[in-house]
Amino acid sequence: MTGLIEPKSIGAPLERLEGHAKVTGTAPYAAEHLAADTAHLHPVQATVARGRITGMDTTAAEALDGVLAVLTPGNAPRLAPGDDPELAVLASDEVAYRGQIIAAAVAETTEIARQAADLVRVSYAELPHDVELRADSAGLYAPEVVNPTYPTDTTEGDPDGALAAAAVTVDRTYTTPMEHNNPMEPHATVALWARDTLTLYESTQWPHGVRDTIARLFGLATDQVRVIAPYVGGGFGSKTIHANTVLAAMGARAVPGRPVSFALTRQQMFSLVGYRTPTIQRIRLGAGADGRLTAIAHDVVEQTARLKEFAEQTAVATRSMYAAPNRRTTHRLAALDVPAPTWMRAPGECPGMFALECAMDEMAIACGLDPIEFRVRNEPEIDPETGLPFSSRNLIRCLREGADRFGWRRRDPTPGVRREDGWLLGTGVAASTFPVFRLPGSAATVRRLAGGRYRVQIDAVDIGTGAWTSLAQIAADALDVPPDAVDLRIGDSALPPGSVAGGSSGTTSWGSAIVDAARTFREKFPDPEEGDEAGGATPDNPDLERFAMHAYGAQFAAVRVHADTGEVRVPRMLGVFAAGRIINPRTARSQFIGGMTMGLSMALHEDSVMDVRFGQVANHDFAGYHIASNADVRSIDAIWIEEEDPHVNPMGSKGIGEIGIVGAAAAVANAAYHATGVRVRDLPLTPEKFLR
Amino acid sequence: MDVEIGLRVDGEPHRLVVDTRTTLLDAMRERLGITSPKKGCDHGQCGACTVLLDGRRATTCLALAVAHDGAEIVTAAGLADGERLHPIQQALLDHDGLQCGYCTPGQVCSAVGMLAEAEAGWPSHVTADLSGAVELTDEEIAERMSGNLCRCGAYANIVAAIREAVR
Ligand code: FES
Ligand code: FES
Repeated sequence: MTGLIEPKSIGAPLERLEGHAKVTGTAPYAAEHLAADTAHLHPVQATVARGRITGMDTTAAEALDGVLAVLTPGNAPRLAPGDDPELAVLASDEVAYRGQIIAAAVAETTEIARQAADLVRVSYAELPHDVELRADSAGLYAPEVVNPTYPTDTTEGDPDGALAAAAVTVDRTYTTPMEHNNPMEPHATVALWARDTLTLYESTQWPHGVRDTIARLFGLATDQVRVIAPYVGGGFGSKTIHANTVLAAMGARAVPGRPVSFALTRQQMFSLVGYRTPTIQRIRLGAGADGRLTAIAHDVVEQTARLKEFAEQTAVATRSMYAAPNRRTTHRLAALDVPAPTWMRAPGECPGMFALECAMDEMAIACGLDPIEFRVRNEPEIDPETGLPFSSRNLIRCLREGADRFGWRRRDPTPGVRREDGWLLGTGVAASTFPVFRLPGSAATVRRLAGGRYRVQIDAVDIGTGAWTSLAQIAADALDVPPDAVDLRIGDSALPPGSVAGGSSGTTSWGSAIVDAARTFREKFPDPEEGDEAGGATPDNPDLERFAMHAYGAQFAAVRVHADTGEVRVPRMLGVFAAGRIINPRTARSQFIGGMTMGLSMALHEDSVMDVRFGQVANHDFAGYHIASNADVRSIDAIWIEEEDPHVNPMGSKGIGEIGIVGAAAAVANAAYHATGVRVRDLPLTPEKFLR
Repeated sequence: MDVEIGLRVDGEPHRLVVDTRTTLLDAMRERLGITSPKKGCDHGQCGACTVLLDGRRATTCLALAVAHDGAEIVTAAGLADGERLHPIQQALLDHDGLQCGYCTPGQVCSAVGMLAEAEAGWPSHVTADLSGAVELTDEEIAERMSGNLCRCGAYANIVAAIREAVR
């Protein structure tokens, strides 16, 4: 890597640049770009899980006052064939999952559009469906790769032989339920089709990706489509591109010259914008009497959609976590009549590390070792998977630092013996990890403005991560100016391309492009004048081939479980992370804590209950699908250790958006076991599971 | 059916025609272009649409506009005096009690309404003494703010911000 930039603004706890606009509510999100003549769209969704539409009567809908258009598979514009069947909106009579978009009404107001959609009469030829994931689901298959391009299965040595010969073994199955991303801002588009150009105000993690996909589907040149996303109310993986955006563009095309707004309802989000697959994970560990692992096997069964494959990389973290000479990981998928799963905060690592880190706790106990000491004993010197050295790996420092701060050393390992006012108390620990991803395709420009200021442009997007602020800090240091001399422009596909805000890759990918542009600018213009401009792109990083790059962390939780009701509360959580240089400690702490809070939510509440008779999520709103509320969170803190890593990128930073959720649920589950002596291996940790 | 009503929002009077099915939230967002209150669920389950309605915090997605003819509404935008933020807003910035910002205007209005409720001695689920004055411990703040969901998980910082603003 070509040298770290000197941190001046990097490392400073700058307040969010857009903070004032957000606390007053004046930062405009997608659906808020409304004009007086904006029309509104409401979809019709399939009410069978699998089958064919045999009839659709739109007469009553079309006759309603204020209805501008009713789109059906019969009259919708033909899209160019694409490689994503989920986006083939209104392209056929086939129904692949319940809730699929099968028609839509465009009307003067939201109320009229919804009423018109309700008036569309649909008949179906229904086919039998299967929406239930089971360990023995019919037709389990091995995908070619798992997300994004990892091998599906790996084997090293002889895991079966090593397990048979091991002095101590653990063989357990853990499950995680279907979970929905549920960003607070529902997915929304305001689309305007005018004079052969299409403008989309879009709630997205990837404006450039949306632009390219929509242009291709509608047969437009990319410069005929513009996607604008200045503020996005969270995404957590669900705001790439889904059928709703395509439908909004179709609606706009039906009423050219008028903007069309399509904001999903919370209920619609449970069938249209993806979710985390449920997982069934069998973990087998073998260890010698000395507490050193001899074998690790992690076999995963999970679901995908018959319509489109998404293979969560659930066991991938296990490949690099601990040293054991004999290892195996496998992924098997059941293709069901369900919407396609997608990325949800730390896909792979999040569910996979729940299982692995609970199993590690069980194994530590089986070996008679403290769970931290057990992990230290099994720390690899090089990446067990690739054989490469780690660019930096500070898991043990995180565990030790956390142990000191959390008061771990006073802990009595005996489960179920601490009782206070009817509550059983316990503490737990788990490790955390997330890989360093760098995505190709980002570019940036730097332009000198009047008064010594610089305009820095890149189609990055801030979905709540703090990118508005951290990218300005990176640009400031790369240009060697104070951050208020930077006029940052992001969130618009008219800017130089930016990769997706996903995989915790934003700062690495966008920041590297900005640094490259700034370096080029400074070389080219030693005495810059107003109007001077230079561009740059995310350079190749040869170190990616030479090092294994991951961030690490240690999660600690204190839990109390009510002895009579089984209610689980989490009075204290601490996360200690090693994630390279921290660009902005203020927003970084929020990212870590936010991830941990979502991990707490996963541990205690989140569970999308599939009604197998109808193929829909029964609890499809916030009354039924519980996420952590303020009262669930008590003391929660995140700290990090100084880590210099010159190999990852010129900022020395690793991604921090996802690692906070990884291992958090395992820490809570391990603490709940310590409190009660009851080992719950199936999330969420609801009260009945503790009452035996 | 359409009905004409009047609303005062952040001190500005408005007359508008609404469908009898229109919520107060949609009346503001879609008819008046007042988008400080957010829509997160439309079912009274998330708090993003919270405003001060005739002085008390209320979820406007659960209120029909026709039922509030003449109402006085204050949004998070109206709580700030130009560049000068309300102390709750300033404290949220100081403690980074926000990330994506979508729940934030609702959190702000809810916090302001909640402080008035506590001041008036209204007990909550976690109040031990139902007769005395309310002491706003962290537990009280968290409990009283639990109608406002934040998927980004800014709760710890929201509580810290309100704790400081109360001082
Ligand atoms: S939008 Fe009103 S409570 Fe969620
Ligand atoms: S800040 Fe994103 S939902 Fe609260």
